[in-house]
Amino acid sequence: MLPDAVEHHHPALAHQFDSLAQQREAAALGMWVFLVTEVLFFGGLFATYAVYRWWYPDAFAAASHELDILLGGTNTAVLITSSLTMALAVHSAQLGRRRLLLLFLIATMALGCVFLGIKGVEYYHKFVEHHVPGPGFEFEAAYARQAQIFFSLYFIMTGLHAVHMIIGIGIMLAMFWMSWRGRITADYYNPIEVSGLYWHFVDIVWIFLFPLLYLIGRHA
Amino acid sequence: MQTTVAALPPRHYLNDGFGIRSWLFTRDHKRIALLYLATITLFFFIGGAMAVLIRLELATPAGDLVTDETYNKLFTMHGVMMVFFFLIPSIPATLGNFLVPLMIGAKDLAFPKLNLLSWYIFVVGGLFTLYALISGGVDTGWTFYTPFSTISSTSKVVPTALGVFITGFSSILTGLNFIVTIHRMRAPGMTWFRMPLFLWSIYATSLIMVLGTPVIAITILLVAAERLFHFGFFDPAVGGDPVLFQHLFWFYSHPAVYIMVLPSMGVVSEVVAAFCRKPVFGYRIVAFASVAIAVLGFLVWAHHMFVAGISVYAAMIFSVLSMLVAIPSAVKVFNWTATMYRGSISWQTPMLYAMGFIGLFTIGGLTGVFLATLAVNVHVTDTYFIVAHFHYIMVGGALMGYLGGLHYWWPKISGRLYPEFLAKLSAGIIFLGFNLTFFPQFVAGYLGMPRRYHAYPPDFQVLNVLSSAGASILGVGYLIPMAYLMWSLRYGRAAGSNPFGAVGLEWMTTSPPPTENFATTPVVAWDAYDYKGEVEGRVA
Amino acid sequence: MWSGSPLFPEAASTIASRVDAVFFFLIGVAVFFSVLIAALILRFAIKYRRRAPDAIGEVITGGVLLETIWTAVPLAIVLISFGWGASVYFAMSRPPEETLDIYVVGKQWMWKFQHLDGQREINELHVPVGRAVKLTMTSEDVIHDFFVPAFRTKADVIPGRYTTIWFEPTKAGRYQLFCAEYCGTRHSGMIGQVVVMEPTDYQAWLSGGPQEGSLASRGEKLFSDLACNTCHRPDTQGRGPALDGLFGKTVTLQGGETVTVDEAYLRQSILTPAARITAGFQPIMPTFQGLVTEEQLLELVEYVKALRSR
Repeated sequence: MLPDAVEHHHPALAHQFDSLAQQREAAALGMWVFLVTEVLFFGGLFATYAVYRWWYPDAFAAASHELDILLGGTNTAVLITSSLTMALAVHSAQLGRRRLLLLFLIATMALGCVFLGIKGVEYYHKFVEHHVPGPGFEFEAAYARQAQIFFSLYFIMTGLHAVHMIIGIGIMLAMFWMSWRGRITADYYNPIEVSGLYWHFVDIVWIFLFPLLYLIGRHA
Repeated sequence: MQTTVAALPPRHYLNDGFGIRSWLFTRDHKRIALLYLATITLFFFIGGAMAVLIRLELATPAGDLVTDETYNKLFTMHGVMMVFFFLIPSIPATLGNFLVPLMIGAKDLAFPKLNLLSWYIFVVGGLFTLYALISGGVDTGWTFYTPFSTISSTSKVVPTALGVFITGFSSILTGLNFIVTIHRMRAPGMTWFRMPLFLWSIYATSLIMVLGTPVIAITILLVAAERLFHFGFFDPAVGGDPVLFQHLFWFYSHPAVYIMVLPSMGVVSEVVAAFCRKPVFGYRIVAFASVAIAVLGFLVWAHHMFVAGISVYAAMIFSVLSMLVAIPSAVKVFNWTATMYRGSISWQTPMLYAMGFIGLFTIGGLTGVFLATLAVNVHVTDTYFIVAHFHYIMVGGALMGYLGGLHYWWPKISGRLYPEFLAKLSAGIIFLGFNLTFFPQFVAGYLGMPRRYHAYPPDFQVLNVLSSAGASILGVGYLIPMAYLMWSLRYGRAAGSNPFGAVGLEWMTTSPPPTENFATTPVVAWDAYDYKGEVEGRVA
Repeated sequence: MWSGSPLFPEAASTIASRVDAVFFFLIGVAVFFSVLIAALILRFAIKYRRRAPDAIGEVITGGVLLETIWTAVPLAIVLISFGWGASVYFAMSRPPEETLDIYVVGKQWMWKFQHLDGQREINELHVPVGRAVKLTMTSEDVIHDFFVPAFRTKADVIPGRYTTIWFEPTKAGRYQLFCAEYCGTRHSGMIGQVVVMEPTDYQAWLSGGPQEGSLASRGEKLFSDLACNTCHRPDTQGRGPALDGLFGKTVTLQGGETVTVDEAYLRQSILTPAARITAGFQPIMPTFQGLVTEEQLLELVEYVKALRSR
């Protein structure tokens, strides 16, 4: 594992590391640890969700029926596709194919923007329908109170997810810039790899959010 | 052993650039440690000033010095400052930052830029909280219990919550950096079981920071969202449950206690070994005990809620799990004590702090068993017994360890010796003042004096006067080290690379160390605390 | 033996001496280990102080036997402590069959008490000696905590739900009542007294004071004022379930689950009727959230409880 002379003077090797391999492992481990914190961050929300859904199953089902399953489903497809383009971007980076890499990064960002656009439309609908929690909240009388908890959870969970998407698109922009400048090569692609991990994670969060929020009580 | 050196080494991290930019844009973990040191010292004295006012108010039963509103804000801000802005970052962000790379023989942490970013995040979080303090303060208690914090309080809850939220990310990123560094950056030969125990405790602490902090971050965010947007997570009026907040809050905030005390345990292991000049008794057990405390710490949160209407059976489970935390803690205490047996014990200041830690932590830990015991918990929870207990852990434990560590590594950090006599004197004053302040509170608590009371029935006055008298002694005790450590920065004698004759990689480089820590990457072929090997020339 | 000492609280309930016994056990453990550790540290620090500047300590890396002992002994002690503490706690949480029921509403910053016979009190609670007293408590605003040190008992008072606490006073006298959960500006002013009286004095006190009808009778009046009786009729023809003899029974809900009709269920059914509907009925009842105060809720609950005996 001793670093060879060439690697030791690689321009991308930071001073605190001995070799590119060590640097790459450290970066990947760092991102995994970060994703663990993210799991717990959303975990607090999922725990809250679980408690209230357990207590108020009918109100949650009624409120869930107000969500637009078509838009939500489309968004799920959009995100899964973006994960594919992200994986292809990492693959292109590993192969050192810069033009393909740039292309896939653009595709990933574009899909991310589509997702946010659709999300915005959904938020707008909820606003028009007075389903935003607060003094102006309106819902069928029997479930008016607990539906408000559902929508509070809906907004904070999808809202934080959207914030993560925006950050992800920002990271992709940075990756695009680095790739454009030729800083990503076949022997130094950890930024792309690590950003890919983050992107997939945000995607997976949605995979959980979609059924939990949109599909309650729809199996019958 | 005591090498007399006339001057500091010609080149070290402190003279590697002098301008303000060389500090504000540094990526050197040692300089970042000093940035943290300066910041948390500021927060410590702000929090301390509030403690002074609290104790002055409580010297008389009537609420006569400050208004009830002011008093509530004082104890809230005291708690917020001390917990989130002093104790949690205290050892990890200063000594940990400084020592982790040195102790494993690395040039820096894995992510130096992230490390600097952590400090900036910490400062921004601190500024938010200071803004909340200056613009009117906050009166929810540092625990932010709902629904008081969401529907009742009219003070600056949101800025404070955001300050705590932001600071949490500094804590997460610091923990992440340590974990990756300890996993990936160890020098050749530095195996897990050759690592100094300080690193084991920092590693365990980092696990808690990474696993627990995001939960409080989201919880605090929910409180802020509820205040700002009228979301109803904890509002009984829409069917929300205020007690759910307590579950989420203590899921982090109980482990957070171990964020505060575990690093101090690490310091004590180092100091006891160095000042007895022998290996720590039961090294592996002490190392595993740190990890065990970190893991068990996540399973005991509901012992803060035995009177909050949780079910009897849940209470019993949490009681027995809480009892289990006592075991690794007790094992550590016994192992440190056993380490002193047949040692070559030097009574220098760090050792005095370490002995103080062991004694006070023992009392704090044993009173923890009182609180895990259901029947007793019901009577003493939310009384001064709790206040006394957690100050024994956080001040008698965490803070004593911090001061001991600060003295032990001060020559390494600054390159200069602190004045030994003054240091011993202030260690004694702090020990005395501490006990006089907090021991009477155990009695007041069992008598039934509730915490967070601005005025109290006159029956409790004698105990409170004792406590306030102790606090004034304690306050003086803290000011003395502040003064002589500053003094020593300029006038202290040069320390030489290893003033205490201790074994460890950090003592094998100059004091202060060069920016890159070691001239060549060390290769480790000995266990931690191998004093015999050092005498026989095998440690080099 | 400790009563009257300024360092120890008075014990005035049946549970107090049991709590104190556990406490004394723990004090014994704590003193023993603190003194042991302190003595060892001091003895070692003196006996093995450094004699020569470069002397080192003897290499002792560990000992399995010692480690086992000081793992097992603390474990045994904490398990004893757990078992003992849990058994007393269990007794604290299970009121006896026959209790004197009183309702408590906490609000910033006062305690309101309602006796079944109709007496209302603020910040002062009169109870007889020698009878188990059960308090059913809720809050109008934030979390409070009912704490009487002399009884060694305490429970949070939580908005949106009922919590209970019980105690049996053993000595007549006046005992301090504190709010022990921080509740805002005048938290330290939310104090009061529990007045424990001899049974005869208590009867005299009960018959004294102004009468405005028993709690259940006030609930009955409210029940018709709010037109609850148009749907909840004594016969089986109503659009809502009949309430006679309902309290304490187990009913089947729409989803097939069952629930025991207790104070918490009644409260929920008034405030959030749709949450748990009895099987065979439609979710047509409107919510009374915001239309009844906590005290009125208690009157309604007590009225339904009183229908038990019909």
